[in-house]
Amino acid sequence: MKTIMDEKKVVKAPRPEEKKKEGNTVYSIENFNLWYGKDQALKDIKFNIPEKQVTAIIGPSGCGKSTFIKALNRMVEMVPIVKMSGDINYRGKNIFDNKYKVEDLRTKVGMVFQKPNPFPKSIYENVVYGPKIHGIKNKKVLDEIVEKSLKGAALWEEVKDRLNENAYGLSGGQQQRLCIARCLAIEPDVILMDEPTSALDPISTLKVEELVQELKKEFSIIIVTHNMQQAARISDKTAFFLNGEVVEYSDTNQLFSNPTDKRTEDYITGRFG
Amino acid sequence: MQLVDQTKVKSRMQTRLKQNKILKGVFFGTTIFALVVLVILLYRILTQGIGYLDLQFFQNFASRFPEKAGIKAAFFGSLWLMAVIAPVSLILGVGTAIYLEEYAKKNRFTTFIQINISNLAGVPSIVFGLLGLTVFVRMLEMGRSVLAGGLTMSLLILPIIVVAAQEAVRSVPKELREASYAMGATKWQTIRRVVLPASIPGILTGGILALSRAIGETAPLLMIGALTFVAYLPENLLSGFTVMPIQIFNWTSRPQTEFHDVAAAGIIVLLAMLLIMNSIAVLIRNKFSKRL
Repeated sequence: MKTIMDEKKVVKAPRPEEKKKEGNTVYSIENFNLWYGKDQALKDIKFNIPEKQVTAIIGPSGCGKSTFIKALNRMVEMVPIVKMSGDINYRGKNIFDNKYKVEDLRTKVGMVFQKPNPFPKSIYENVVYGPKIHGIKNKKVLDEIVEKSLKGAALWEEVKDRLNENAYGLSGGQQQRLCIARCLAIEPDVILMDEPTSALDPISTLKVEELVQELKKEFSIIIVTHNMQQAARISDKTAFFLNGEVVEYSDTNQLFSNPTDKRTEDYITGRFG
Repeated sequence: MQLVDQTKVKSRMQTRLKQNKILKGVFFGTTIFALVVLVILLYRILTQGIGYLDLQFFQNFASRFPEKAGIKAAFFGSLWLMAVIAPVSLILGVGTAIYLEEYAKKNRFTTFIQINISNLAGVPSIVFGLLGLTVFVRMLEMGRSVLAGGLTMSLLILPIIVVAAQEAVRSVPKELREASYAMGATKWQTIRRVVLPASIPGILTGGILALSRAIGETAPLLMIGALTFVAYLPENLLSGFTVMPIQIFNWTSRPQTEFHDVAAAGIIVLLAMLLIMNSIAVLIRNKFSKRL
């Protein structure tokens, strides 16, 4: 019960940057359905995701939120039995169009995974992985990218003296921020985060949350979380998923303080899930 | 009312503990058995062959006189054969493994290929010898050459390398591939920069073990007609050749007992070469697994 009180307090804190921008949309999803074999995981998803804001996807386990975010950069297609219908438009272009190369999409839409997954290489090599893939070879440019990305992920001060050490020597929280830095290195437009803090301790979680607030000045962020307080703390918009459907999608403020759907209310007050 | 009779439980305790002890002894015995056999084998070969093992042994060609007989031709023949087998089998094997693991869709056709690769690994080596004789020696007219022998042996160890490489590739965590794809990397970039570096220790270990099987094989080479008495070194890929196991076989089948000692000396060389190759495999595995 106590947590709900806390939530409301957080939500009601003034947010000056809110409201003033109802800018462009990065993603518009239209009647999107997805099946794993015969099981329908997403049903008739339909909403727009705004630019340079944090959009949180919440819902109980198995509601399709991870599937949804992985559909946004087509990573979901790595599961061979997936079938899809409907459209997902990124910046006005259908990402399932034959002419739209998936490599191109993923260059603009970065992703941070649930479990930190740095490569078994040095910190430096981890960050320059993306740029190198896209053909950047100039050492000077790469050095700059490393510094900028690590600073962007609030990791620079901690690792600047040991860039050539193996990334596996970092703590879990540092590894996750390294993954964020790696994602920033290709200067994406959108960053997808699939429960980025679920494997982290509270302090590391806090750092990542603060980072998200910084990052949204430059990037559009879509974050899946099953931590409702986290969604309330860091997001501008929230979509509540249940059994593969979007039950409610609105401003975070609105959704948490005044949900319109009974199921949303039950979920955010902790009656199930 | 008690379902478990405590006195009976207690009386059974001794038997159970004794049984436990006996089985420990049995398993220890089976392990020791293998070890004892190996030690006896090594001891016999060493005491028999050490007398003939000197520098001359490496410098001389085969001879009618045991004191002049040497392993030079066979030793270099084995090296030449390696030089053919290693690149051919590794390139074909790793390529196949990558295709099957990374590119091929899982369907009936790939399952069929997969089963057949496992079956090939179980085909007797003499059958590969027949294949080599028909295809390489006769059809492609390579003659009884290093090239024909090397290609035959490559086919023989190919299934082993494919299976080992497949396992190595499969053991690369899915998360690493995802990280790479999620940054817009193509399949080939992901394979080259993530999958191969992480799986190279497994691939090399499997490869070296397969190669050391190849240098010990005799049957397929007898089949394609590797020579048994060679007094020259191979000059090119189409030269005739002999290899260490054949040379050893040749020596042991002679009536003079001195030649049996020469054979033992040859076996020492062959075993040393195998041991060195296996140690390299272990070293590679340790070196790379530390880095991960």
